[in-house]
Amino acid sequence: MLDLNTKKIKKNAYRITKVRGETASRIRVPGGLLTAELLPLIQNIAETYGNGRIHLTTRQGFEIPGIKFTDMEAVNALLQPIIDKLDINQEIPGKGYTSAGTRNISACIGSNTCPFATYNTTNFAKKMEQEIFPNDLHFKVAFTGCANDCIKTRMQDFGIIGMTEPQYQKERCIGCQACVKACQKKSVDALSVENYRIVRNTEKCVGCGECVINCPTRAWTRSPETYYRLVLMGRTGKRNPRLAEDFLVWATEDAIIKIVKNTYDFVNHYIDREAPGGKEHIGYIIDRTGFEEYKKWAMEGVELDLRTIVKNPIYWGGIHYD
Amino acid sequence: MGYQTTLAKINAIFSDLSKDYVIYAPKRFVGDGTFTNIDTIRYGEITDLSEIEFAEKSNYSFKEVLLPISETLFYFTENEMKEADAPKKGAIVFLRSCDLHGLKRMDTIYLENGAVDTYYKRLRDKTKFILMGCENSFENCFCVSMGTQKSDDYDAYIKVDGNAVLVDSHWDLLDAALAGATEASVMPDSVTANNTVVTVPETVPQTLFDAPFWEDYGNRCIACGRCNFVCPTCTCFTMQDIFYTDNGKAGERRRVWASCHVDGYTDMAGGHAFRNDKGQRMRFKVMHKVNDYKRRFGTHMCIGCGRCDDVCPEYISFANCINKLNTLVNDSVKEEN
Ligand code: HEM
Ligand code: SF4
Ligand code: SF4
Ligand code: SF4
Ligand code: SF4
Ligand code: SF4
Repeated sequence: MLDLNTKKIKKNAYRITKVRGETASRIRVPGGLLTAELLPLIQNIAETYGNGRIHLTTRQGFEIPGIKFTDMEAVNALLQPIIDKLDINQEIPGKGYTSAGTRNISACIGSNTCPFATYNTTNFAKKMEQEIFPNDLHFKVAFTGCANDCIKTRMQDFGIIGMTEPQYQKERCIGCQACVKACQKKSVDALSVENYRIVRNTEKCVGCGECVINCPTRAWTRSPETYYRLVLMGRTGKRNPRLAEDFLVWATEDAIIKIVKNTYDFVNHYIDREAPGGKEHIGYIIDRTGFEEYKKWAMEGVELDLRTIVKNPIYWGGIHYD
Repeated sequence: MGYQTTLAKINAIFSDLSKDYVIYAPKRFVGDGTFTNIDTIRYGEITDLSEIEFAEKSNYSFKEVLLPISETLFYFTENEMKEADAPKKGAIVFLRSCDLHGLKRMDTIYLENGAVDTYYKRLRDKTKFILMGCENSFENCFCVSMGTQKSDDYDAYIKVDGNAVLVDSHWDLLDAALAGATEASVMPDSVTANNTVVTVPETVPQTLFDAPFWEDYGNRCIACGRCNFVCPTCTCFTMQDIFYTDNGKAGERRRVWASCHVDGYTDMAGGHAFRNDKGQRMRFKVMHKVNDYKRRFGTHMCIGCGRCDDVCPEYISFANCINKLNTLVNDSVKEEN
């Protein structure tokens, strides 16, 4: 006879499934990058305790279905080397994941591989994971290398989109206009020609780096610092699915980490404890408190770079079914 | 004259020389490459030999020292004109053997091909060249095929080996500065073989100019011009006349690098462009490098540095193109017989 505490099971990153007596184990992979040596370990869990199948989750984790609730301890033991290798913060070693609320931090493939990426998305995702996991609050954070937004940060609570500030060395420019054409056809048409030299409309420029990629003489190069666009409170779901809106443009890594951490304080303070399962989604909390109140909490102690543009107020759209 | 000396001594000598010369060498520009976290190795000013990137091939050649990417030639007002001043200092350029051969190609174009180009000459006359040896061939180098792997046409050869420095000087100023240093017999490092071997056809019959062979390149080349801009022997430029915006009657004329692959190269007054097909542009470049130039000046233009193959974003290999062309020429000769 099974006598289970489902709340504890869910916090341990196991699912209550539709099959009586069976659970599924979720393995988080921050930044979406793992070494191949971990795959046989995952395979072993699926074949020994699961039904031999592995589901690839949208957040870049693995989900192993068909595990008996009675095998959770044994599975936790097998998860340990994976947790260690992926450097996941863990409160009680040997007991699997100690929270599941704050979801796996996902990232597009980033500058390890992608020519468009402006930074190493995996590294930033791992850094964020270190800062905010484990936590029971339901936060979704994702990192994308450039404005193409392949990871779809616009559907997250926090989306971080890489930006570079193109540096122009006019004495290396031959006026071939490869940058102008690239920006016009592939980006936002922020470049124009004046007296054979290139002028960048800094208000339009989204920092995608197409100009840098396409310049044949290195007249355009990247800024030594990477900047980020921080977009907030995108979501899917039943009531009001919507895309995340810009909050900061040309923000720094430190500012973003601080804002995300501050948001945990905000949520802890305002969350509706009476909500089903004690769970209320951040976006809906902000809808209740108003953006101004959220901003006060979020910006507490945040130091902004001189370049950073703060969008205020933010209005979210989306579809309203409620 | 050959010497063995120390890094400290040679740095002191260059520090002294820097009163009269700007010293240019291949340098690593961290993060300045096309993609994130990719460096560019290109020419820049140095003050210390430790800044020189000896271990890798430079992505861009030394040519920007003698042929600046963008160079103001003169300033004009309504009735007058003033030539831009030449740099006060001369230049010292560190470069490899193939590039030193490339210098001869540039000299041919700018000094021996009709009228002397004064803007080139005034820089060239005040430039000294220091050979960097090649212990190993780099990826895509085919200097041996082009016969450019060795050169003794340098002002000095310098090899840095930890704190020891070997010098072979052909330059009296350097000899004087090194007086008292240990004499040594110094032979520049050079390679004897490359992984890439290129066979250049003796002549290319006119009939191959419209061969379907070139169409493949027409489909692949994106006309970015990188292969020309990294090339030490591409010498084309175009003119830009600028009228200062606050005073539309004064301005300057400058010349900037041009590329026969890039749109605009064959534009004429009135707007007609006569070589729009990218395959034909490839044909024109390849023929210029290994056929036309030789007919006129006796040597091939290409010196086999392989930078064009290193850089092409579409993975078009110039070296392989010549080899394929050679096969095509041989086949067409066989057909005729
Ligand atoms: C049989 C008669 C002509 C021949 C063979 C001829 C040939 C040429 C050639 C070979 C060029 C150099 C193209 C280049 O390197 O870009 C040139 C340029 C030029 N020609 Fe002619 N041309 C002729 C008649 C004319 C006439 C009648 C005019 C004016 C009415 C003219 C105006 C120009 C101009 C303005 C350029 C400079 C184009 C540029 O650099 O964009 N040409 N011509
Ligand atoms: S970074 Fe992107 S948007 Fe900005 S100028 Fe360059 S190509 Fe245009
Ligand atoms: S691509 Fe580079 S060289 Fe060409 S116009 Fe733009 S900045 Fe100038
Ligand atoms: S054509 Fe290519 S290999 Fe030949 S000199 Fe130019 S860059 Fe070097
Ligand atoms: S290959 Fe093209 S760009 Fe280079 S020198 Fe010849 S014509 Fe000029
Ligand atoms: S580098 Fe390659 S794609 Fe660019 S112009 Fe040259 S051959 Fe064409």
